[in-house]
Amino acid sequence: MGIIKTEKLVFEYIRRDEEGNVEGITRAVDEVDLDVKQGDFVAILGHNGSGKSTLAKHINAILYPTEGTVWVDGMDTAKEQNLWEVRQSAGMVFQNPDNQIIGQVVEEDVGFGPENMGVPTAEIWERVEESLKAVGMYEYRKHSPNKLSGGQKQRVSIAGVIAMHPKCIILDEPTAMLDPNGRKEVVRAVRALNAAEGITVVLITHYMEEIIHADKVFVMDKGKVAMQGTPREIFSHVEQLQELRLDVPQVTLLAYELQKSGINMPDGILTIEEFVQSISNCGIRMSAKADR
Amino acid sequence: MPLILDHVDYVYGGDTELAVHALKDVNLVIPDGQFIGLIGHTGSGKSTLVQHLNGLIKPTGGSIYFNGEDIHDDDYDKKKLRSKVGLVFQYPEHQLFEIDVFSDVCFGPKNLGLSKKEVELRAYAALKQVGLEDEFFYQSPFDLSGGQKRRVAIAGVLAMKPDILILDEPTAGLDPKGRDEILDQIDSLHKEMGITVILVSHSMEDVAKYVERIIVMNKGSVLYDGVPKEVFRHYKELEQVGLAAPQVTYIMQALHEKGFPVNTEATTISEARDEILRVLSRA
Amino acid sequence: MLRDITLGQYYQADSVIHKLDPRVKLIATITFIISLFIVQNIAGYLIAAAFLTCVIKLSRVPFRFMVKGMRAIVFLLLITVVFNLFLTPGETLISVWKLTITKEGLRTAVFMAIRLTFLIIGSSVMTLTTTPNNLTDGMEKLMAPLKIFRVPVHEVAMMMSIALRFIPVLLEETDKIMKAQIARGADFESGNLMKKAKSLVPLLVPLFISAFRRANDLAMAMEARCYRGGENRTKMKPLQYKKRDGLAYLTLVCYLSVCIGANMLIRLPF
Repeated sequence: MGIIKTEKLVFEYIRRDEEGNVEGITRAVDEVDLDVKQGDFVAILGHNGSGKSTLAKHINAILYPTEGTVWVDGMDTAKEQNLWEVRQSAGMVFQNPDNQIIGQVVEEDVGFGPENMGVPTAEIWERVEESLKAVGMYEYRKHSPNKLSGGQKQRVSIAGVIAMHPKCIILDEPTAMLDPNGRKEVVRAVRALNAAEGITVVLITHYMEEIIHADKVFVMDKGKVAMQGTPREIFSHVEQLQELRLDVPQVTLLAYELQKSGINMPDGILTIEEFVQSISNCGIRMSAKADR
Repeated sequence: MPLILDHVDYVYGGDTELAVHALKDVNLVIPDGQFIGLIGHTGSGKSTLVQHLNGLIKPTGGSIYFNGEDIHDDDYDKKKLRSKVGLVFQYPEHQLFEIDVFSDVCFGPKNLGLSKKEVELRAYAALKQVGLEDEFFYQSPFDLSGGQKRRVAIAGVLAMKPDILILDEPTAGLDPKGRDEILDQIDSLHKEMGITVILVSHSMEDVAKYVERIIVMNKGSVLYDGVPKEVFRHYKELEQVGLAAPQVTYIMQALHEKGFPVNTEATTISEARDEILRVLSRA
Repeated sequence: MLRDITLGQYYQADSVIHKLDPRVKLIATITFIISLFIVQNIAGYLIAAAFLTCVIKLSRVPFRFMVKGMRAIVFLLLITVVFNLFLTPGETLISVWKLTITKEGLRTAVFMAIRLTFLIIGSSVMTLTTTPNNLTDGMEKLMAPLKIFRVPVHEVAMMMSIALRFIPVLLEETDKIMKAQIARGADFESGNLMKKAKSLVPLLVPLFISAFRRANDLAMAMEARCYRGGENRTKMKPLQYKKRDGLAYLTLVCYLSVCIGANMLIRLPF
């Protein structure tokens, strides 16, 4: 079993009108099966309202399944005795950088998690230092979080989670409120953690360029997993992605458009280098044909 | 009615060492009917600049003229200016407050002192212009989706019948489809009503498809001001200030370097496709 | 404006007073205030003044920052002085029209003015040399014994520190909302009181909604980081008394004894 596993996970909530009468039941997550291997970088894509955030909150035991089971590191998240260990094993970073920083000084915020876990003081300091260094925010340790940029705040939040020594971190649209530079900063930090520290990463986003380096991608729609595969496999289905309110990087889209116009391009091109290479191949083939 | 910025400076934080020069000698002419993209990263001064345009911030140097009149003259009617230069802020959550969508959109025209009938007519028209269906009119604005909230916020400003509509990051936090829908809606507002639109964004890809002019801000100054093709020609300089041209520009540049005789000026996917097809068919 | 009050308080400097344990500073401030009400004559106030001057010198905070806090209470000070001056019965000094100044009145007025001034400056020394965070920590630790009476000391301290963290965030937000509404023609300035109060609705509704949303998000983020109240929690920066804190307590005891002594032994006409 992988580090995170869900089996037929269903989450329903009851909608009520203003008087509190039941209006109906919404199935936000619908029979989702996930299996994430230790050390993987997994991306969950989906439009707003597709159920991806609801799914994420199950991994950290903020929400419990209505039906089905979620295991984190072999522990059933619905069992109360597992609660704190689950939350410690699966750290969570949220969307709004302002609403998850508790400390008034960067280092104090990073120390918050270890403090809650009862880590001895000397070790808290070690963890804070290594976590801040891992996200490149060590020199800001004495700063007030209010003075930082959005990208820096999110890196502090990530450090706050790593300081708890989790086995995996779940990032719930960590870049949705950031500018392009902030987004790059955060994605770079997350990738470095995955590569250098071997922490399992689950990144939830709707920015396609952030998932190019993922090991596996799940695309959610209406609470279900609509597509899954490697980024290349996912990006090969431009039309299907567009139907799911998503888009693809411009380079993938351009290759797809050329393909539609009869040019022989491979599916799911992800980078400019690949694109140029395929065009060169085409050019060579075409000129060869012309020579004949 | 054109808006003219003449040597506009804005410094805050007093005359101490901590003073921040948020705008430095900005000169701009915004003629009628243009669709403009205002680009810059966080802290480049673009938000400060748009708040000057409707008189929310008073420049510490230089003047701003709307329709030939200095907007900071003592007897100038600021309220009127704000109805003519409409500014929609980034987060709709910052302005929605009424119990239903329709009343919220009425807030702007009501503040102009119009008759009840006129207020409601304008609110209705504005909601139609942003493409919101009737079924949402009497819902609480807080129950809407992100994209719908944004439409209501835009309608709230449109109902004041502005000549210039400024939108600060109207797509922040929306998913790709939601982003395209809002931008398409804005584009059709510009085309159908002939209204001047200034779109503030940090994404070149978003604006390249729609606008006819791009103003790039950096460190409080105007770095580039021109048609998209012209501005993207400086893609290397743009990178140095933390911005980037659309990915298409890089693709075309890479092809060009590889020896393909493509014209590197394509800024949208369809232009690039046509250009590559043209070159390939010739080979 | 609000920003100055809440954030302009702490003055960063490297001094003995800054380094003292917040508990020492809290107790010292309370002791100092008590001493002001014990002493009844000019000799006592001279001792208090000397003590305060020494502490200010040691703190390396420019004196003008201390006086800043005074501005807020000038009005209160004036009222106190005027009331005491004219309304204390006793031996008449000067009498003009219906107003009479008595010897006792003059004495109480002057003493009250000195007390209030010292009180404000004394507490300013504490807030200027202690970060709000440190102060909350100090209070939490000092009030820990109250836990026996089921007073939620840890929770109160946590709430205070979160409030301090979010004040600047909410101020900034208020500013943004205000601008968004002004852009829609809202008017927050003109009109009578009723109209002004009504004009605040478009500001307060979004602000409250946002504040609740933030509270909700924050609670979730805290739980996700294993927060479960004060039980079994360790501290990254635990408060520990150092040698200098002992010395400070000793100084404090000396000061209080001198004050009491002076009050009992020295008999002056004033």
